[in-house]
Amino acid sequence: MTQALVRIEGVSKSFGSFQAVKNVSLQIEKGEIFSLLGGSGCGKTTLLRMLAGFEAPTQGRIFIDGVDMAAVPPWERPVHMMFQSYALFPHMSVEKNVGYGLKHEAMSPADRKARVREMLELVQLTPFATRKPHQISGGQRQRVALARALARQPKLLLLDEPLAALDKKLREHTQFELMSIQERTGVTFIVVTHDQEEAMTLSDRIAVMDQGVVRQVGRPGAVYEFPNSKFVANFLGSINAFEASVTALGDQISVDVPALGQSVQARAVGGLIVGQNVTMALRPEKITIHRTPVEGDNVLAGEIKDLAYFGKDSLYRVALPSGALVSVHAVNAARASDDDRLADWYDKVWLSFDPSSVLLLTD
Amino acid sequence: MIARWFHRRGWSDLVIGLPYVWLLIFFLIPFLIVVAMSFGTRTSTAPPFGFGGENPAINLAGYARLFSDTLYIRAFVTSLTNAAGAMVLCLLIGYPMALGLTRVDRGWRNILLMLVILPFWTSFLLRVYAWMGLMGSNSWFNKLLTGAWNWLVPQAWDVANVPLMHSNFAVVLVMVYTYLPFMILPLYANLERLDPTLDEAAMDLGSRPFAVFRDVTLPQSIPGIIAGGMLVFIPAAGELVIPTLVGDSSSPMIGRVISDEFSSARDWPMASAVAVALLILMVGPMMIYSRFEARAQARERSE
Repeated sequence: MTQALVRIEGVSKSFGSFQAVKNVSLQIEKGEIFSLLGGSGCGKTTLLRMLAGFEAPTQGRIFIDGVDMAAVPPWERPVHMMFQSYALFPHMSVEKNVGYGLKHEAMSPADRKARVREMLELVQLTPFATRKPHQISGGQRQRVALARALARQPKLLLLDEPLAALDKKLREHTQFELMSIQERTGVTFIVVTHDQEEAMTLSDRIAVMDQGVVRQVGRPGAVYEFPNSKFVANFLGSINAFEASVTALGDQISVDVPALGQSVQARAVGGLIVGQNVTMALRPEKITIHRTPVEGDNVLAGEIKDLAYFGKDSLYRVALPSGALVSVHAVNAARASDDDRLADWYDKVWLSFDPSSVLLLTD
Repeated sequence: MIARWFHRRGWSDLVIGLPYVWLLIFFLIPFLIVVAMSFGTRTSTAPPFGFGGENPAINLAGYARLFSDTLYIRAFVTSLTNAAGAMVLCLLIGYPMALGLTRVDRGWRNILLMLVILPFWTSFLLRVYAWMGLMGSNSWFNKLLTGAWNWLVPQAWDVANVPLMHSNFAVVLVMVYTYLPFMILPLYANLERLDPTLDEAAMDLGSRPFAVFRDVTLPQSIPGIIAGGMLVFIPAAGELVIPTLVGDSSSPMIGRVISDEFSSARDWPMASAVAVALLILMVGPMMIYSRFEARAQARERSE
């Protein structure tokens, strides 16, 4: 069994009476891109700062490469951080910034120069080597920060909201660039982000955090398709959630959903008992819209209340006779003009969904 | 309505213009009078100088004497070394204090800042007299120092008291005490604006706290050091009261020389010439610096 690069064991952090991080345990493997995902104040940045050594855990221990970090100051950790504000030294040129960490390495000036040149090439900033940080664009600054953090070949790179300061187009491009740089250097990345899309595309694994607690850890697909709580389901993408109670167990589980005025069939999962209250959740893109009545178990009839056309897809809000609203996301696969599109305002429609798409959440 | 009145262009011109008018009337015109006086000739009339008549219209004798009489050169050297000493000591004492101010929490910071300014609330003269009392050979402070000295050194070097008063040391000491807030405040204003994440970034990249200070904090605080240095050096170089009260009268500072020429010697043209020379000595380096600074900025912008 390979040993995890980072082991976080029961780490808590309090600021006065405020508990920012509560008993977090995580293992991060070598070469992984691991995301800490959560809203502001969820403790993700505090956790990152504890890994960098800027904050000491109130409780628990952090091991990096098998070494307990408790007594290791930030300047001796095999960890570098890319700050959200980039924290470039304003009085130093781009190359001086990139080479700053190398001052502490025992290497010849020629080697140091070569390493700086190599890093600048990696982030494609060679022509800007002599510029000062205020003379380059935001995207370029972000790359300088990345090159500077990677120059000393850390075992672990911490990225605090690496893309938050970039505009949307640049963000998408930089995302792929980050991934390719990670692949080429083989450095383990821990990324803090509040942007679920960013976390999904970048990461090998995601830890969803809320109020200092890790709610779920897993691969992006697993966390998205099999969320363990209403919070996670809601935070990653959107859901239609209704209170329900289990009426029958078996090959499929039947739940009664009062808000829909009917029962729903779900794929069997363990750990439920008849009569138990659960949340029945359904992702909008897992529902199919039909213009004509369909037969089957999970079929709901309703009327289009609202629709938002995004071009490649549309979002419908369907009102059921019970008054409940169901969001449905449909891809506009066929080319259609305004007159002959799938469904229009006040159209009567039927919604169907597979039992395997139904999420039964107890938390 | 009031907002519109305030934003009227003429009003803003007036607000900007007022300080210029003030400087013109109370600085530039008097200075030009001093410059004119420096070219005059000493007479026994009132006022005690004149132009033309039996005297030359433009008399350069005062300026010539600046270079021929070693009194003036020595006074300039004493002034500049005392001021430079005070400036360096203020920097060494003030920098850690200013840096410390940026590292304490908000509530304490305001209290400490007030303590820095607090000495200004008592009369400057009173504070200098307090120092005279402390340094005088019969004071408890001097006796304490004398005792410590005699205890530390071999008996052959024993002294009756430590000669603190009437020395350049006393002048520098009191100037450091007086001008320290002028060093701390601009430095604090500069250091307070620095981004603390830069310190973290340097630490993260392997720098110990001292290296962080040397590589990140210090280079970024140079504007503050220069501002504080000038605020201490310029008034210290022209200081009159402190050297008169605690200084060595055999090696006077330039302020004392100007004052003596005006009052006891009644040689107004000579006093004016010294004053003009002092101003050139002070303003010259400042202008060279700001020219250099402007050029560096222009170069950076054009890149």
